[in-house]
Amino acid sequence: MKKHTVNICTGTTCFVMGGSELLLLDELLPDDLKDVIEIKGSPCIGICKNADYGKAQADHAPFVQIDGEVVDEASIQKVVDHLRRLNA
Amino acid sequence: MLNINNNSSRLKKEILVRIARLQFEGKLADGVHNIPRELAPPNGTPIRCCMYHDREIIRHRVIARLGCGLEDYDDEKRLSEYAEAALNREKPVGPVLTVLDLACNSCVRSHFMVTNACQACLARPCLVNCGKKAIEIKNGRACIDSEKCVSCGLCLQNCPYHAIIKIPVPCEEACPVGAIAKGENGREHIDYDKCISCGNCMRECPFGAMIDKSQLVDVIKHMMADKKVVALYAPAAAAQFRIEPGRLDGALLAAGFSNVVEVALGADITASKEAAEFAERMEKGEKMMTTSCCPAYVRAVREHVPELLSCVSDTRTPMHYAAEIAKREFPDCVTVFIGPCLAKRREGLDDDLVDYVISIEELGALFVARGIDVTKAAPVPGKKIPTPEGRNFAKSGGVAQAVKAFLKDTSILKEAIIDGLDKAGMKRLAEFGKINAGTLPRTDDTPNLIEVMACQGGCIAGPSVITNPKVALSQLTKYAESGVRAS
Repeated sequence: MKKHTVNICTGTTCFVMGGSELLLLDELLPDDLKDVIEIKGSPCIGICKNADYGKAQADHAPFVQIDGEVVDEASIQKVVDHLRRLNA
Repeated sequence: MLNINNNSSRLKKEILVRIARLQFEGKLADGVHNIPRELAPPNGTPIRCCMYHDREIIRHRVIARLGCGLEDYDDEKRLSEYAEAALNREKPVGPVLTVLDLACNSCVRSHFMVTNACQACLARPCLVNCGKKAIEIKNGRACIDSEKCVSCGLCLQNCPYHAIIKIPVPCEEACPVGAIAKGENGREHIDYDKCISCGNCMRECPFGAMIDKSQLVDVIKHMMADKKVVALYAPAAAAQFRIEPGRLDGALLAAGFSNVVEVALGADITASKEAAEFAERMEKGEKMMTTSCCPAYVRAVREHVPELLSCVSDTRTPMHYAAEIAKREFPDCVTVFIGPCLAKRREGLDDDLVDYVISIEELGALFVARGIDVTKAAPVPGKKIPTPEGRNFAKSGGVAQAVKAFLKDTSILKEAIIDGLDKAGMKRLAEFGKINAGTLPRTDDTPNLIEVMACQGGCIAGPSVITNPKVALSQLTKYAESGVRAS
């Protein structure tokens, strides 16, 4: 099975607004998800500066991309929920 | 313990980012009144009863973030007027911490409660174990008589159904020195004579009602006036980011600081002086010395364990020595200490060499407002690189280690570490106080150097960090390893 890719933005805006917590994702991931995802840290993925994203972008940091799809105001729980939906 | 990234800490940062952005655009006084509406929009889900209530509380938060006191809150005064006052302020003022009355939940007094999970069982371990006879069974459920209950917790520990819970008052629980109590209106009140500014209550209040007074507006004001504004960054600040050494310096310069001094250089001076002081004191026949770099600890001794006062090292803190370096190298500069500590802000108010103290959250907001990516900043390493020991001041055990490294004869050293001034830490401190006063016996195991840090884990677990202390510790280790060992 193809693994889901979780790309965590480590740019400073995301990091400051709560993304630092996501560094613990690997450690806090529930067992059922451990083998089905691949976690990557990425330099700023630019969503905070992207006017096309809609809403006042920087205000919705931190951002995570899951298989390319953007999750805003990301928390560990939000990422886990999203992955569970994908995996259902 | 609340995790570091929660909605309350997020709101704090959102307000700071907005204030900083407006200020850099020169629109602080004009635009500041929009912040409550932006953060509690008409189509949002209110936290309190309605968005108007939310906005009013945010208004108070904005005032504190502008560095103005909530103690003399004026309902008639507009946010723009508060902003003007902040921009025209010559010096920051205390107290550094205050209660946002409107946000305080007036939590009910800490107590034990029987939930409806109670089965009124035959064994009745709650009733049997209660030494105060505070429990009786009424209407098929255990009842606690609050007059008799002494909050020992035995009923909770013994109930097989987990039917008894403790409802705490988080700020009171977090305060190690009993400085927080309910006022007449049921809201919390800080006794500033007892408060050691450790910031535990600020970190633990789930309503964000314990609020510090920011100095970020003052710092940005000096930057915009093209003053020489020197950033003194604490090792705990460096440990927040996963970056190579030197990048934070580059990012600080890009954010508007004119120069950067690593506080770890000040820590090296503290460690070397403290080692010399320790050797001298022991030679004079003194039996015990404690570190003095943690201002919350020093205040704790002064207000709560005076028996230990003579043991506190007279050596100044790394912040002080770093400010001294800055004032010497860059005459007429404005010095800004950056660290995760609330007590440092109080220390800064009393130190003539330190002009301002900002938190890691405020530093983060500054970077966000200016659109600076620390991970991409050009590295600008300092001319002088501190020792690994100096950089390790930010973790528990690091200061004692540094003193040891600077000590000529380490055989005289018997160190002890008090890792965190929670209630247990305060108890240990009191014991050392009694030993020093002679009311408890001194044994062969009694240490002669005691390192005390108010935050468990050290400064990397300070009340205004943005990174989980576990992650910060590994980042601190890397940062320290790249230090240059003293020859």
